[in-house]
Amino acid sequence: MDALLHQVLAGLATGGIYASVALALVMIYQATHHVNFAQGELAMFSTYIAWSLINAGMPYWAAFFLTVAFSFVLGVVIERVVIRPVENSPVLSVVVVFIALLVILNSVTGWIYTFTIKTFPSPFPEQPLFGNKYMSSHEIGAICITMVVLLLLYGFFRFTPLGLAMRAAAQNPESSRLVGIRVGWILALGWGLAAAIGAVAGMMVAPIVFLDPNMMGGVLLYAFAAALVGGIDSPGGAVFGGFLVGVLENVLGAFVIGNELKLAVALVLIIGVLTVRPSGFFGKVHVTRV
Amino acid sequence: MKRKLIPIAALLAAALASPAALAQKKYDQGASDKEILIGHINPYSGPASAYGTIGRSIAAYFKKVNDEGGVNGRQINMISYDDGYSPPKTVEMARKLVEQDKVLLIFQPLGTPPNSAIHKYMNAKKVPQLFVATGATKWNDPQKFPWTMGWQPNYQTEAQIYAAHILKTKPNAKIAVLYQNDDYGKDYLKGFLDGLGAKAKTMVVKQVSYEVTDPTVDSQMAQLQASGADTFFNITTPKFAAQAIRKAWDSGWKPVHYLNNVSGSIGSVLKPAGMDKSVGLITTQYLKDQNDKAWANDPAVLEWTAFMKKYYPEGNLAASENFYGWNVAQTLVQVLKQAGDNLTRENVMKQAASLKNYVVPGALPGIKLNTSATDFAPFESVQLARFDGTEWVRFGEIIGK
Amino acid sequence: MNKRVLAGYTVLLLIACALPFVVSEYRTFQFTLVLIYSIALLGLNILTGFNGQISLGHGAFYAIGAYCAAILMDKAGIPYWATIPAAGAVCLVAGFLFGLPALRLEGLYLALATFALGVSLPQLLKYHHLEEWTGGVQGIVITKPDAPEFLTGLGVALNQDQWLYFFTLAVTIVMFLLAWNLLRGRIGRAMMAIRDNHVAAEAMGVDNSMVKSLTFGVSAMFTGIAGALGAIAVQFVAPDSFNIFLSITFLIGIVIGGLSSISGALYGALFIQFVPNIADEISKAAPWAIFGLFLLGFIYLMPMGVAGAIRMGLARLTRKVHNKQAEKP
Repeated sequence: MDALLHQVLAGLATGGIYASVALALVMIYQATHHVNFAQGELAMFSTYIAWSLINAGMPYWAAFFLTVAFSFVLGVVIERVVIRPVENSPVLSVVVVFIALLVILNSVTGWIYTFTIKTFPSPFPEQPLFGNKYMSSHEIGAICITMVVLLLLYGFFRFTPLGLAMRAAAQNPESSRLVGIRVGWILALGWGLAAAIGAVAGMMVAPIVFLDPNMMGGVLLYAFAAALVGGIDSPGGAVFGGFLVGVLENVLGAFVIGNELKLAVALVLIIGVLTVRPSGFFGKVHVTRV
Repeated sequence: MKRKLIPIAALLAAALASPAALAQKKYDQGASDKEILIGHINPYSGPASAYGTIGRSIAAYFKKVNDEGGVNGRQINMISYDDGYSPPKTVEMARKLVEQDKVLLIFQPLGTPPNSAIHKYMNAKKVPQLFVATGATKWNDPQKFPWTMGWQPNYQTEAQIYAAHILKTKPNAKIAVLYQNDDYGKDYLKGFLDGLGAKAKTMVVKQVSYEVTDPTVDSQMAQLQASGADTFFNITTPKFAAQAIRKAWDSGWKPVHYLNNVSGSIGSVLKPAGMDKSVGLITTQYLKDQNDKAWANDPAVLEWTAFMKKYYPEGNLAASENFYGWNVAQTLVQVLKQAGDNLTRENVMKQAASLKNYVVPGALPGIKLNTSATDFAPFESVQLARFDGTEWVRFGEIIGK
Repeated sequence: MNKRVLAGYTVLLLIACALPFVVSEYRTFQFTLVLIYSIALLGLNILTGFNGQISLGHGAFYAIGAYCAAILMDKAGIPYWATIPAAGAVCLVAGFLFGLPALRLEGLYLALATFALGVSLPQLLKYHHLEEWTGGVQGIVITKPDAPEFLTGLGVALNQDQWLYFFTLAVTIVMFLLAWNLLRGRIGRAMMAIRDNHVAAEAMGVDNSMVKSLTFGVSAMFTGIAGALGAIAVQFVAPDSFNIFLSITFLIGIVIGGLSSISGALYGALFIQFVPNIADEISKAAPWAIFGLFLLGFIYLMPMGVAGAIRMGLARLTRKVHNKQAEKP
């Protein structure tokens, strides 16, 4: 029983990692209807910026918010400079641009910072909370921060005119233009916000997995699955998906099929779910007009 | 008549002299009076790009050698290609080096799968595949593969040393093993189980694997801890090693912790994991750890640091890969020096197989390289060491030949 | 097919046949790989370009084909040429079976499902219960075939690389003809109709599920045959040869080559074979960054892929010719 509890809680901790990156994926999808494969590397790059700032002597929270702001600007710039030229290209061309961004960011970061792993500080105490042996304080803190981001995101899309405009722009750019939404800038804004959320995710992930240029490779895969199983257009669903994937994978690996095939089996299960509920657990069912 | 005689005499003299000259200088393709052309394959891109820095430090070292006049007056020119750790690409690059660039030998291809892919080809072509960067056992097989040679101590032998140590110090240990699910992890695991022998079945209470794509090994560590083991053999690469060390500490699991040499670096593993959390770790070493305070004033480490500053200033001083590259490059230079003016592939292999008590500057005191026609394993001795919170403290004899 | 096009193909074929006698053995090997990749890309293009189903995991079928060839040659002693149809058949079935549940998934969800396939297959190959067959993490080493004896009897002396090149060339030609025949026929039209508007296609009487699963199977068969050839050419298979980057490389290949274009497969194959080498030549420090820049450049300059750009260029040329002809009185 203790072993099961340990696995579930460890699963929640890693699930929190997936959830935070999945949120960034949902953000960009809401704004642009693309799944950004470079999201993980962008987050990794932001985390290196934060690392440089902290190493230069800046206090943690100052570096944190400065990095978030910087990442926002970086996202906007990438959208305007790199993505804009292929805006009207077939979706797969855009996917290839994302892959190009992924390899460029990975390679350049490795070149600047080398591939040796680095410790990234945590804002939370080093001693486990209440002396528990299952989750570190940082893991619990990271989940809380993911929840805060989730609430902010939910509020943004639900209650602000900008959030509404963003959803409209993604769903139907032509009609949105007609009602006076500046679709181009909305897209850039979406990229900026996604990059900012990614930066938060990166800074929460790095203390757990250690900072290195390949830090996000494995995580992105799980986050992708998490976002889709929860429903790519639902922030809450993405977080739920993250926890589900994390726990499922651990429990399967530890008690059912062993570690060698746990990822494969977890993915097969997810796909099985998707064939029954093709829009994910919390996604909206889209009815297309013929 | 006289006029005709002179050229004939000259010809005769030349004909007489030339066999002697040939005996002095013999070349295969890639070698000449001016240069020695060697090939090198390394993952600069892709999932294993962390090892790219080995190639860069080797290139930097050859630059130093050339600046100082080269080897026996010849410049070493290295052509290095990226295989992205993908075996098909390794085959392509090896063929390019041998058939198009016409190198004398291929030095330090990295990883077991890439080396396995070119193993047969290199031996069929009779081109040295020298000092491969992997610790698999199969590179020491001079009978079947006389053109391939490893360099570092092999994984299985190292694992057997841990097994012997456990049997000696804690014969009733309950052992948990964490290993990477690939050739490297399985090689260590095999050596370890072989080393425990018949007792493996009862002593090893849990063995779990992880994939390099796993974000963390937390789940695996929880499984190992739940097994009730009191001894832990950690077969992981640096990032996962640091995670495992920290997770064990966080969850209050305090087994006797054996860490494979692959991740024994203070700068790139123990520091990130936390020096205080690493106290008591046991590993084996064959090279000095350049970040270890114990070696801070060691001439070899000082020399390496000066070399890095001058020839590879953007390189990371905490990365053990850079120290490794410097050492393995010197071993090749030693072989080429021994080969003298007879730079045929056959002689290069012969010289590589006749290292006698050669001391690599970065090797631990007392560890010497010896090879022979039947022994293609340069590093065969290691020493156990325990981490005391600031440095590795070596203990016991040097184990091996 | 008009005469000019036919002449063009004949010239291309002649060049292809002359190639191994002009270039070195190593280059011949590289071009063999190009041909092999072009078959794999053609397979993926049938699925993604012509049928609109995105696959991020086609490396898995390439791996299945490669392991089929390797296991049959290594364990059963079957001659190399016989493993090609076997690998094709296995992948046809595997693709068809995978296509069945994938029917319910569209767009991103299909992308995830195929991505999962691409990620899981190398793990399956390492699985210890299958080790006896797959060689586990160590992989399988196979022997490169010699040119058949009857050729030497005829006085044609080919080395291993040249023979393998011609063997691959023959398979490539057969596969391209097969694809061309398939795509211009009834099934090809049904595939494209589903891509363009699946509801309308259904209404027109196309059996959507059957055609989609079948397309998956055929696509996997092409890629699997390429995998088998790849294993024979490289003489080695291991799980590390078929990681998710291979699938992504295939995707890059069809987009750069040109979606929904048969010839695009060849351009894409040239790109994925040679551009990483160029990137490596330019920078040892960050070869991936250079490769990424190449990708961006190609997409910006040729958003419809190389095949699209060539088509447009040709159209412009012929239009000019037509205009000039029209100007003449």
